[in-house]
Amino acid sequence: MIVGVGGQGTLLASRVLGSVGMREGCDVKVSEIHGMSQRGGSVVTYVKMGGKVHSPVIEEGEAHIVLAFEKLEALRWIRYLRPDGRIILNSQRIDPLPVILGESRYPDGVIREIKKRCPNVQVADALETARKCGNPKTMNVVLIGLLARSTRIKKETWLKALRDVIPERLLEVNLKAFEEGYNYSLV
Amino acid sequence: MKMLLLGNEAVARGAYESGATVATAYPGTPSTEITEALARYEEIYSEWSTNEKVALEVAAGASFAGARAICSMKHVGLNVAADPLFTLAYTGVNGGLVIAVADDPGMHSSQNEQDSRFYARAARIPMLEPSDSQECKDFVKEAFYLSEKFDTPVLVRLTTRVAHSRSMVELGEREDYRLKEYVKDEGKYVMMPAMARKRHGELEKRMAKIREFADESLLNRIEWGDRSIGVITSGVAYQYAREALGDVSYLKLGMVYPLPRKLIARFAKEVETLYVIEELEPFIEDQVRKMGIKVIGKELFPVVGELSARLISERVLGKKKELMDPPLEQLPVRPPVMCPGCPHRAVFYVLKKLRFTVNGDIGCYTLGALPPARAMDTCLCMGASVGMAHGMEKARGADFRKKTVAVIGDSTFIHSGITPLIDLVYNKGNSTVIILDNSITAMTGHQHNPSTGYTIKGEPTIAVDLVKLAEAVGVKRVRLVDPFELKELEKILKEETQADGPSVIIAKRPCALLKQVKFGPQVTVDRSKCKYCKACMVLGCPAISDTGDGIKVDEALCVGCGLCIELCRFGAFVKKAGEKSGGA
Ligand SMILES: Cc1ncc(C[n+]2csc(CCOP(=O)(O)OP(=O)(O)O)c2C)c(N)n1
Repeated sequence: MIVGVGGQGTLLASRVLGSVGMREGCDVKVSEIHGMSQRGGSVVTYVKMGGKVHSPVIEEGEAHIVLAFEKLEALRWIRYLRPDGRIILNSQRIDPLPVILGESRYPDGVIREIKKRCPNVQVADALETARKCGNPKTMNVVLIGLLARSTRIKKETWLKALRDVIPERLLEVNLKAFEEGYNYSLV
Repeated sequence: MKMLLLGNEAVARGAYESGATVATAYPGTPSTEITEALARYEEIYSEWSTNEKVALEVAAGASFAGARAICSMKHVGLNVAADPLFTLAYTGVNGGLVIAVADDPGMHSSQNEQDSRFYARAARIPMLEPSDSQECKDFVKEAFYLSEKFDTPVLVRLTTRVAHSRSMVELGEREDYRLKEYVKDEGKYVMMPAMARKRHGELEKRMAKIREFADESLLNRIEWGDRSIGVITSGVAYQYAREALGDVSYLKLGMVYPLPRKLIARFAKEVETLYVIEELEPFIEDQVRKMGIKVIGKELFPVVGELSARLISERVLGKKKELMDPPLEQLPVRPPVMCPGCPHRAVFYVLKKLRFTVNGDIGCYTLGALPPARAMDTCLCMGASVGMAHGMEKARGADFRKKTVAVIGDSTFIHSGITPLIDLVYNKGNSTVIILDNSITAMTGHQHNPSTGYTIKGEPTIAVDLVKLAEAVGVKRVRLVDPFELKELEKILKEETQADGPSVIIAKRPCALLKQVKFGPQVTVDRSKCKYCKACMVLGCPAISDTGDGIKVDEALCVGCGLCIELCRFGAFVKKAGEKSGGA
């Protein structure tokens, strides 16, 4: 499950994962929401792969992995995780409009709250890593790199999937971002 | 070759493989990508039509002329296209005619969650409903075949989860379809009473044949499993049911109108407990009940919103799942917002300031209804703003009218704002209509429209001149303004609402997400000048925040549009010197 804020590149990430699944010979379903929510709203995409996938959506208590592009969104969707599931988290904070307007408060200790519910969390500053690679928009691919390393799927497959989805002119910086994510040293 | 395609892309692929040569649509989530994908095929003429009624009429013309044609829209679009739809059922087709309609249970991006299956029944047009991308492609091909076999348009219904999910599709070759001969036949194509009476009779005969077909068609299939539970279902609800109930027995309907009555009767007889699992209205359930069959349906499942596997599992099997603790406090919501640099923001800022009653319409600018502007009073359907402002004047008179406006986007104005504008002029109205011309259909993901000067394929074309158009229908007071000139905008708004006679104000500034839009350097706050009056917070710009001890501009978000500079009385916002343009 990929959660984040509209405009962060969640759709591209879900396409890469879909392509990985296909290359692994799985049945794959990727469910996206277009339209209204893309304007800076809370967004979620579901990626399911396996023998036979029926429902395209992931429901509460079902996700093996949550790839979170923003920490408040990770907390918002955390109940979708299985008890033994894990979270890969970009530590970035993006204030929603009600917070900017001072109508609500961005909660303190978001990562602590997440860890209370899920012991298996990897936190990375993927945005900073992406910046260092030369393009902050590759943050999504840094996270994919992080995810890739912790799966049994061959690295080569991930690289091919990136080539399937990313246009030629952006490939180089994205491959770099993937490597950085793949080799990211977690503290 | 297999590919991972969106349901919408698979619909397009189905039309391509069927040899279709004409594709029309008005955009609308969740249907838009069908025609975007069709436009990528060189062999297919495609267009963004001005609205869904026009789209269907263009497709009907193509069909009568012998081509295979597909017309796509969202559920509410079918309301707009309903007039030609009902009579097309009488005329039938020449080349195959398929109408793809995408419903939005759960209203991810819509103003209602109406169930289009009722249109099939009301107009007496067969309707197919795929449940994944492969079926999207296969069913569209089957729909073209049925359309020609039975001489009828055919509806293909999608829902958001089918339209916007990617799943595997086996690609095929494009059929070498030859145009059917065009033969003048007024008995079939000219619908006036004498001819229409005959055609209505034909329609009923045709329906009898299609009913027989439904009972034999492979579109409807029984999957036998444990017979203690039998489920009649279709579309994405089938996928949810499969996931929740596993190996019970299913009657999966690919054709939801007309229903295969014999097949249903047979299935019902052989299962112990029969359920109908369908999203939204009890469309199938009511018909099954009417056949005298005992069935469980909407007493268990809601008519509001989407279904889910968990809901089905809970309601049918009584299984409850343990879930982890919810997040402790109420988390702040994250609604969609107008983008940094959005031209609409300026207009709603001024409307809020003037405390006008605002009849809104549908598009990105509907976000003007949300905080902090909250400067929208009504939003009903596309084009409604203009007529509603006029109606308000007729109800409450001149004083009220002088503080009331209609606000409508460029695409929406062309879709269905022109006729109410003429109504207003003709019927001696005095309302003020603001056209928010951001040079694109933004909400649905940047489609061209007749005011942008480009076609769906990006070719230059004649652009509608909105000023001349308004003048031509008799509006004497037409004003053009850049909404970022806040003072000028405010002045014009005051003048036009006060003036007698109808006014049109065209607030023209391109969508900030368009590639050609370049702003200057980013903005920063000069703390020595900032009085911390928070007037800028009323803009609701995501890049401007109140840190508790001052105002800050977020570097990652500011695009340098400068609206805040225009607004601040103290000159506290300044452009960063010598820096490159903003935006990541
Ligand atoms: C009958 C109907 N067709 C389509 C839609 C989907 N839709 C909502 S807003 C919109 C277009 C908005 O474009 P515009 O008026 O130019 O405003 P913008 O989003 O650019 O601000 C469309 C196509 C709808 N809601 N109703």
